[in-house]
Amino acid sequence: MNAIGVNGIEKSYGEVHALKGVSFDVPQGELFGIIGPDGAGKTTLFRILTTLILADGGTAQVVGLDVVNDYKEIRKKVGYMPGRFSLYQDLTVEENLNFFATVFNTTVQENYDLIKDIYVQIEPFKKRRAGALSGGMKQKLALCCALIHKPEVLFLDEPTTGVDPVSRKEFWDMLGRLKKQGIAIIVSTPYMDEASLCDSIALINEGLFLTIDTPAGIIDSYPETIWAVEGSRMPQILTRLREVPQVKTAFAFGDVHHVTVEPDFSPDVLSEILHKEGFPDARVEAIKPNTEDAYMLLAGK
Amino acid sequence: MDKDIVINTDKLTKKFVSFTAVDHITFDVRQGEIFGFLGANGAGKTTAMRMLCGLSKPTEGKGTVAGFDISRQQENIKKNIGYMSQKFSLYEDLKVWENSRLFGGIYGLTDKQIADGTDEMLRKLDFEQERNTLVKSLPLGWKQKLAFSLAIFHNPKIVFLDEPTGGVDPATRRKFWELIYDASERGITVFVTTHYMDEAEYCDRVSIMVDGRIDALDSPKRLKEHYSAQSMDEVFTKIARKAQRGD
Amino acid sequence: MLILLAMPVVLVILFGFAITTEVNNVRLAVYAPSKDNLSRLITDRFDANPYFSIVDIVQSPADIDRLFRENKADVTLVFGEDFENNLMHTGEASVQLIVDGSEPNTATMMSSYTTGILATYQAELSAGSSAGGGFTVIPDVKLLYNPQMKSAYNFVPGVMGLILMLICAMMTSISIVREKERGTMEVLLVSPMRPISIILAKVVPYFCISAFNVVTIILLAVFVLKVPLTGSIFWISVISLLYIFVALALGITISSLVQNQVSAMLASAMGLMMPVMVFSGMIFPIENMPNILQWLSNIIPARWYIEGIKKLMIQGLSVEYVLKELAILSVMGTVLITVSLKLFKNRLE
Repeated sequence: MNAIGVNGIEKSYGEVHALKGVSFDVPQGELFGIIGPDGAGKTTLFRILTTLILADGGTAQVVGLDVVNDYKEIRKKVGYMPGRFSLYQDLTVEENLNFFATVFNTTVQENYDLIKDIYVQIEPFKKRRAGALSGGMKQKLALCCALIHKPEVLFLDEPTTGVDPVSRKEFWDMLGRLKKQGIAIIVSTPYMDEASLCDSIALINEGLFLTIDTPAGIIDSYPETIWAVEGSRMPQILTRLREVPQVKTAFAFGDVHHVTVEPDFSPDVLSEILHKEGFPDARVEAIKPNTEDAYMLLAGK
Repeated sequence: MDKDIVINTDKLTKKFVSFTAVDHITFDVRQGEIFGFLGANGAGKTTAMRMLCGLSKPTEGKGTVAGFDISRQQENIKKNIGYMSQKFSLYEDLKVWENSRLFGGIYGLTDKQIADGTDEMLRKLDFEQERNTLVKSLPLGWKQKLAFSLAIFHNPKIVFLDEPTGGVDPATRRKFWELIYDASERGITVFVTTHYMDEAEYCDRVSIMVDGRIDALDSPKRLKEHYSAQSMDEVFTKIARKAQRGD
Repeated sequence: MLILLAMPVVLVILFGFAITTEVNNVRLAVYAPSKDNLSRLITDRFDANPYFSIVDIVQSPADIDRLFRENKADVTLVFGEDFENNLMHTGEASVQLIVDGSEPNTATMMSSYTTGILATYQAELSAGSSAGGGFTVIPDVKLLYNPQMKSAYNFVPGVMGLILMLICAMMTSISIVREKERGTMEVLLVSPMRPISIILAKVVPYFCISAFNVVTIILLAVFVLKVPLTGSIFWISVISLLYIFVALALGITISSLVQNQVSAMLASAMGLMMPVMVFSGMIFPIENMPNILQWLSNIIPARWYIEGIKKLMIQGLSVEYVLKELAILSVMGTVLITVSLKLFKNRLE
């Protein structure tokens, strides 16, 4: 049995077609990432799977139960962390945790081993009001609250949005450890660099999945060779690159530009052009594409 | 003082009752520079940025922005800067041109300046057919590009960008940065915070705040050399891991 | 936006035209033991007056009492034993006016109208008399229930109706909507907790606070404002709890219909407070409103509660006289709680 099975889910809000038929499966114990920008339909999908809203079309099962008919059972078995911080700001860390334990008919002690890892990090602040916590700390508390009843599936809607890179890494480390406990985790994120930390990923754009694959699979199936161009005066290099007729795409990627070219065009010619035209230190070399390259290619189609 | 310097701080400090949010930071930003202002959540970025925009008074130290004192000449500062954040950017219930009319009016531009500026802006963004569209029906990436264009509509000396590209798709994010380059070439100084470390690479210089202090400040290239790191992501991780403050 | 523009229009029309403090339908009962010609003539005078309508010609003093208890008469005119005889021979006769004083403003108005008509008649009588001697009809006004005409008698029940509506409906709706706004409702819904438990958890504290408030208001009224507590404390509590229940159900209904705290606030203020103030009879007597407004006032729970409390607390009537109010509030409560539970969604939309 899959932890999640989704078949042709559609949802519209008036004129806006938020989901245009999405299908995927998540096996038990897998860390599944849904990656895409804001407005792609991630939150709508999460709300349908957590039984908060009804889809217009298609079916979905969570732990083998139908999201429409068996919603009461599903609610006992899933943990959910919504996109925005949604704990009681005027209760303390400890009170929030106890409250959610009670809501789920359990106690903090009962499943303490599951959250211990995370909770020890916020325990020094357990008397502080949740509203006075910031960034990573709130996020850890929300995760504890979502885990308190030992759910079979954990839904995390953009848990790392607006969080700094270091806290994001820590958060993903925690997810890795949770996965080992056999909990299926489905997580959405706008950060493409987090793709490699998932077992499988779906790239979502404007209500449609562009692809579903392992992170490595997505890279391997990238049809083009990526040429990395670097040198001094990067913005000017980018402008010049786009003027070369054989260059298909050229985008800035951190400290290099990623370039794809026509099949018969040699990178040596490219570097020659740049050297001649005032960029003597420009270098061109082949590199492996990353998830962001794949996303831009697929979304651009 | 060097004429090129548009932001200057000297031991700028903001203390709350029992907590020093910004702890004696000193730095300069030159005209036309793209200055990346990085730091972990809770490191003090927002508080520092508020002081620079004249929204909050420093408890210690001093600073100038566009040549005006940040504790005494806030009104002058506000006329000379632009501001855009991920959260507040545009009036959703107004049309594209109405937003530019509004922001132009706020900064005291003449009707002709507004009309010409709007035409030019829409042409540059390739938005001409969206002139009469309600902002709320635009895709997020477009909104962000429009918001940036309006933040520099009155040709400010400096534009402050607070996580301008959060949640934006990769292609639009890059187009956004091309707008930033464009503004910088026109001589507008760009002061930007971001959580995307690849964007840190696009900056001329980057500062990294840890526990209210600036721990590192240099060009991305020099920082990578100094910390013998492959990327700014690695640099950031090495520096921010030292943080003591429970964020 | 529409509310903001329509508000002044509604208020001006309501206050300016529809609602008047004038008394125009005084229900008059007459007791004339002598059954003489003169008292009948005076009675006819009142009958012909548009402001008065004769509801009964009573036969015994006990009937007067009954009429007031059943709230069928506002004023009773009692002619002296030998009214005509006395007037014709001594030139002087007395008439007693018994006025329902539980609404002081109205009571004053009613008694001055009545004495006014008596005075006019007396003047005509004197002028028409060939004897030239004056006749004097001496009105003796007696106020029932509130002899000192204290306004506290009137406003205490009103305040109770208002405060309870405020706390129960407004606070309940705001506190539920706040969860929606903060996103905590999302987390609660994706939990085994049943919607009914969420509602109960929200409602019980406000129920307790309101019950406590009833006690405070009554204690203040009795010991500080010296309002007599003549009726049964048990039934006062019952009708108050019933009213609280109605208000809570209204609060939950509002919370299901709006998405943010500001709208909840507006809906409670405009949709509940305003009608309570206007239609509760606290400021403007309902009897004098145009029919359409009188009809509207019937659907305002506070109207029935305030009426019930007035009867129980101020007039000291026994529970048989408030059965109607109790029944109406019970029906309202049942309907509203059914509607609110139907509306309260177990999903987000």
